[in-house]
Amino acid sequence: MTPDNSSPLLSVRNLKTYFFLDEGTVRAVDGVDFDVLPGQILGIVGESGCGKSVTIKSILRIVEKPGRLVDGSILFRAGGQEEPVDLARLDPKGKRIRAIRGAEIALIPQEPMAAFSPVHTIGDQILEAILLHQDVSQEEAWRMAVQRLDEVGVPDPERRMRAYSWELSGGLRQRAIIAMALACNPRLLIADEPTTAIDVTTQAQILNLLRRLREQHNMAIIFITHDLGVIAQLADYVVVMYLGQVMEAGPVEQIFHDPHHPYTRALLRSIPSIHSPSHTLLPTIEGSIPHPFNRPPGCPFHPRCREAMPDVCNRGFPQRHAIDAQHSVHCFLYSPAQDGPAIPAATASEPSRQP
Amino acid sequence: MSQPLLEVKNLKKYFPIRAGFFRKVVGHVRAVDDVSFAIQEGETLGLVGESGCGKTTTARAILRALEPTDGQILFRTRSGEVVDLASLPEAELRPLRREMQMIFQDPFASLNPRMTLFDIVGEPLLVIGGMRDRRRRADRVAELLELVGLRREYMQRYPHAFSGGQRQRIVIARALALNPRLVVADEPVSALDVSVQAQVLNLMMKLQRELNLTYLFVAHDLSVVKHFCDRVAVMYVGKIVETAPTQRIFYTPRHPYTAALMAAVPIPDPRIRSAMTPLEGDVPSPANPPSGCYFHPRCPHAVDICSQEPPQLQEIAPGHFVSCHRAQELELVGIGGPATQPQDASPSGAQN
Repeated sequence: MTPDNSSPLLSVRNLKTYFFLDEGTVRAVDGVDFDVLPGQILGIVGESGCGKSVTIKSILRIVEKPGRLVDGSILFRAGGQEEPVDLARLDPKGKRIRAIRGAEIALIPQEPMAAFSPVHTIGDQILEAILLHQDVSQEEAWRMAVQRLDEVGVPDPERRMRAYSWELSGGLRQRAIIAMALACNPRLLIADEPTTAIDVTTQAQILNLLRRLREQHNMAIIFITHDLGVIAQLADYVVVMYLGQVMEAGPVEQIFHDPHHPYTRALLRSIPSIHSPSHTLLPTIEGSIPHPFNRPPGCPFHPRCREAMPDVCNRGFPQRHAIDAQHSVHCFLYSPAQDGPAIPAATASEPSRQP
Repeated sequence: MSQPLLEVKNLKKYFPIRAGFFRKVVGHVRAVDDVSFAIQEGETLGLVGESGCGKTTTARAILRALEPTDGQILFRTRSGEVVDLASLPEAELRPLRREMQMIFQDPFASLNPRMTLFDIVGEPLLVIGGMRDRRRRADRVAELLELVGLRREYMQRYPHAFSGGQRQRIVIARALALNPRLVVADEPVSALDVSVQAQVLNLMMKLQRELNLTYLFVAHDLSVVKHFCDRVAVMYVGKIVETAPTQRIFYTPRHPYTAALMAAVPIPDPRIRSAMTPLEGDVPSPANPPSGCYFHPRCPHAVDICSQEPPQLQEIAPGHFVSCHRAQELELVGIGGPATQPQDASPSGAQN
């Protein structure tokens, strides 16, 4: 990292989470690196199967069996401590992670309907989160919960505290989820596709709310989505993932206006732009996302990549190539296989270069 | 203009709300409330709106998958005769079914996992087409699979072997089996990944050109609609609030709701971060809509008359219909928003 007034709040290095199934091993997350600075909105973009959800589950240590975190470190600077904690080394059921999960790192799950219990009131569920992590009285907790609901723009919060989740509209339910996530003033908020199930006008409200909360609380946000429009509107820094690996990472401006990785470029080209002429054929990415068991060797994108180089791209995963201090890419177009010291066996036979 | 392929007039679909021991009808959900539009042959009409606005119900009522409560659905058949699908008895409707087909949203739910592609795509040929000869059917299925970009060898496989995009191609092949003229596509690409979406949209455009198909395209993704449709109808709480050619509706919308929808579309360009305040509040329930114009409680331009009188759909320019009391006086901005100002990078100053 560049020397900066703020050192990263969360630093993920070489994260690997595999799922051990009878049919074989699925390498859902396979060596992911990124940093989140305090107050930063980090967007993770990728299509289905790219490992974005498993990455955040790994951070929260809520990966279900048969999945397991097999390697890597997740350094998190918990409140009031100089030394970061390595979340990857904590017992996923232990006291330490339970004190962090929900309090210092909070999650906004994808499905607001499924996230609330239908048989408890909204208020009870927010109170539970507060009382679990903070030493306050019932009355104090109630007051805090009402304040949170008010803050996220739920009208008439006192009354909504006594409502059930199914009595609320989609937008209100999403706000209530955010209020619950904010209950303990987290330093890091993780939002897993929080706007996929809701309409555009509600989505715009929620995005505005997240921006405002970031400014007011200097809260860092990891925002996961497949919607490039949302990323462009919200994120400061973007990580592009494909089949469990980071393809490109950089400031939002550079990802959208100076993308380097062929996958990022293809992804940006294939969305119908609001300014593109109608009825023209869209540039497409050939083929479809491979099944996790049939993961291609080498760079996972090479079978669909127009710029793939035979005998290079199928040989190993490209090293990280820094374009500048902030922007990096994993692609053999920029880091030739010959230079990479850690490229496995395949390149050992040096004359593999085209004669 | 010639007689449209499909003309919907004052279509209504109400669902009864029942309560009490005797299940007495205590009210109605007006899912589709007086909807009218027309589609010319070879044209694509986009039907957009937020969830619960009645766009899917409209699509289903047109195909008589739901019985319409009231209204006319005038369809010009291949022989040139105009029939009202809404009042046709099922027996007379049956032969017309081959002329209109549907593509569903979720390709994982719309294919029977226990049928092979041959059975799936061949079923309409057998059931409605009456094509008994297995070999002829196999030839036609092979032809259809190739038409949608799949290999004919796949015929003996089951849907589980295919990805989302390939499944949607299978759904399209099935819909095209009987050479339909009208295809109703209900969110055909919203369940697909971005990189696969483009493939399916391109396929649908290619098929339209080759087979002169007419599409009714139900969607909520406005950038897809803008790319794909010739004309767009915007629905809000069971009513059409605006209909216009695509370019007009996106760049010069005349209904405040359309403008709000356009402003809410996240533009995939970090240089254009709209500073617009989004629409407040929620969509009202179609069981208990507000008085007057249904949009008035959320409308930033509402005046007294808006809460008293429901506006009528009026033609303010050729082909541009708006249902708003103030359509003539309001200056609205379209896609991209008004104050499109580039924002600074992160306030944390992290990316110097």
